[in-house]
Amino acid sequence: MASAPLALSVPEEWSTRVRIRDDARGLQREIECRPEAVKPLCSWVIQTIGYAFAGLIVEEAGEWRLRYAFYSTEAPSAWIYIVAHAPHAQTRFSSITEVIHAADWHEREAEDLFGLVFEGHPRLGDFVLHDDAWQEGLAPMRKNFDGRRPPPLRMPNPDWRPRRIVSAPGAFGMPVGPVYSAVTESAHFLLETVGEDVIRALPRFFYKYRAVEKVAEGRRADDALLLAERINGLTAFAHGLAYAQALETIGGIEVPPRAATLRVFLAELERLRHHVGAIAELCESTALVVATSQAAILEEELLRLSGALTGHRYLFGLATAGGLTRDLPDAEVAAAAVRARDIVKRLDRLERRLVRTSSFLDRLEEVGIVTEAEARAFGLVGPIARASAVSRDLRAIQPYGAYRDYVFEVPREAEGDGYARLRVLFAEARQSLRLMIQALDRLATGPVRSADAAPIAGAALGWTEAPLGAAFHWVRVDEQGRILRYRIIPPSFVNWHAFHLAAEAFAFQDFPIILATFGLSVSENDR
Amino acid sequence: MSQWVLSGLKAKIKTGIKTTRYPARPDRAPGVTPGLPVPRPVRSAHSGEGDAERIANRCPTGALDAREGRVDVDLRRCIHCFRCAREGSESMPWEGSYEWAAAVSPTAKLGHAFASSVHIRVVDAGDCGACLHEVKQLANPYYNLHRLGFFFTPTPRQADILLVVGPGTDQMREALTKTLTAMPTPRRVIAVGACALSGGVFGPSFACSEGIRSIVPVDIEVPGNPPPPLAILHALLVATGRAQSADSASRTRQLDAVERET
Ligand code: SF4
Repeated sequence: MASAPLALSVPEEWSTRVRIRDDARGLQREIECRPEAVKPLCSWVIQTIGYAFAGLIVEEAGEWRLRYAFYSTEAPSAWIYIVAHAPHAQTRFSSITEVIHAADWHEREAEDLFGLVFEGHPRLGDFVLHDDAWQEGLAPMRKNFDGRRPPPLRMPNPDWRPRRIVSAPGAFGMPVGPVYSAVTESAHFLLETVGEDVIRALPRFFYKYRAVEKVAEGRRADDALLLAERINGLTAFAHGLAYAQALETIGGIEVPPRAATLRVFLAELERLRHHVGAIAELCESTALVVATSQAAILEEELLRLSGALTGHRYLFGLATAGGLTRDLPDAEVAAAAVRARDIVKRLDRLERRLVRTSSFLDRLEEVGIVTEAEARAFGLVGPIARASAVSRDLRAIQPYGAYRDYVFEVPREAEGDGYARLRVLFAEARQSLRLMIQALDRLATGPVRSADAAPIAGAALGWTEAPLGAAFHWVRVDEQGRILRYRIIPPSFVNWHAFHLAAEAFAFQDFPIILATFGLSVSENDR
Repeated sequence: MSQWVLSGLKAKIKTGIKTTRYPARPDRAPGVTPGLPVPRPVRSAHSGEGDAERIANRCPTGALDAREGRVDVDLRRCIHCFRCAREGSESMPWEGSYEWAAAVSPTAKLGHAFASSVHIRVVDAGDCGACLHEVKQLANPYYNLHRLGFFFTPTPRQADILLVVGPGTDQMREALTKTLTAMPTPRRVIAVGACALSGGVFGPSFACSEGIRSIVPVDIEVPGNPPPPLAILHALLVATGRAQSADSASRTRQLDAVERET
């Protein structure tokens, strides 16, 4: 956990109008202010301090609490929260999207789900709740909305039509989805064109909105963990772990060393399996049949390895606050590492063949470009950011669990195209194996779970570097250990925001390939 | 390109055919299934009153039902959280099978005309990604569903089977119904995974139903969270009359077997 002292002071003109609260453990600094101060303070944190925007967490607790979270992208250091308090009757706030573009979707989401208005935001409405399915002003995240049953009244707007941007003569829009291709997650893309190239790609998500943040409220903290694991089943362990770490921070719960080591092993096994799967999909999108099969074989072997080692192919049911739900025998962990090493060797061979296949490279090189400046403006995370020269990796910049003691590299590429993203996946898979082997060497004896402690009321943020990038889970529990507020900021929510940048100005037939090089989860975005 | 042909051949020669022998023979490779809990008797001889309840209460989704000295399992609700298997002194027995698909409509089976070529339209109605991924694994050489005459199709107009994953989110309701209506008859609907069967950890809520039954009629149910590829394959075989459906009767038979063992 971060412990470096915060060498920053709030600018003179604000110092009398804010209240600063530092956490005793040096984890965070809260700057409490009135809503009018949010915009200048946020731009100060981004521009002067150089922190990155993690997300907006809205809480309704008699009053409105708008918490803007920021983290250091350099040396591990405390988090900064700008917290605006406002009376409950106030529903209009000023938008910060103009100064922090990454806040765009956060504000749209808060508008839809809490009924708050962000003045100055360029585009509100039809986001999470589709206007052709729900009436305006439902605000389901408000405490007085009963989320357990369907609303008594439904007044969808039958005249709703997707917004078109291109108005040149001969322009037409090609809708893709929500049910498209053979086996894909449900999402909709409106591709606008005047001929060959996609000029605008407008995604429409949240067909899969399961209201996880809402249904978590009132549940026991350990039951909400089941939701955390299932916002993206392909990276269940990383999300379960981020959630568990939030509870551990709230309760001051220590994780036994053996569990901390096994957590690294399992998290990296998951990353390796995820990346191999992503590589398989990428090969499939370019119709390279043999390579697809070879990657898919490796993926199935990793799924079986995970299943045989832990009981579940996707590592469900392992993470828990205070450690793991079960121990794994040393010999089996060692055997899994040996098999993983063999799989990575075969993966390396696959990579060597792929980089010699010019027809394959032609489909990826200089296709689907996201520049470094764009990646920074959109606050991108994970392998996609790292392929655009932004090497943010929470394992390195905000180390959690045992990662501080491990040696690994954060792969980075500069081109920001599909090929760069592919190379990052291969390189990260190798680093994951390296971490698994280090974990194996460090396996201490002892318990894998600390004794259950009485619940403590409080709130905290837990984070992990999930296979797709930074995963932030903000949890507030009451003294009975029940969830008051659960805010999830998954990497796909952040990265889909920039997907249109990659899809625009490329030919139609590149669209599925660009989609595959992003390799994002819709489920996690829609949650 | 020839390097791919060569490497494909080399891999085949070196490692042999990887494809499962299922359904000709059961597949017992480690890690092919997460398994499921088996109903068990709880005798007061070696355990006090209320033990069955204590076990049942551990289940977060209400999948366990304690009555008359035994604990029954509602497979449609089980989400593989392993709490009943790992926590506490009394635990549920676990089975490593995967033939879980149960026909729930009298006409679940498609006619003989479909024995050799069946087209499947997959619809994601809000899954977490895991069920859909296990469906996709069927195309993997390890399962190779084409060898059994099953094909995924992007067009509902050519589909014989609608395979649905996810709990049935409100905003997928319309797309799901539209896809079904676009399919020719005869057609069958397979619901895949605990969420599609019961809403799983998500439903019911304002945004999500208690399983897809409330949106489209379901012929075959596959439990599991997610069901492994072999369980989904079993469902396809049940739909084409090539495998026996699992049903509540077989659950009872299993219970008898456990009772005989203990
Ligand atoms: S594994 Fe979990 S969900 Fe399934 S029956 Fe046991 S306690 Fe219930």
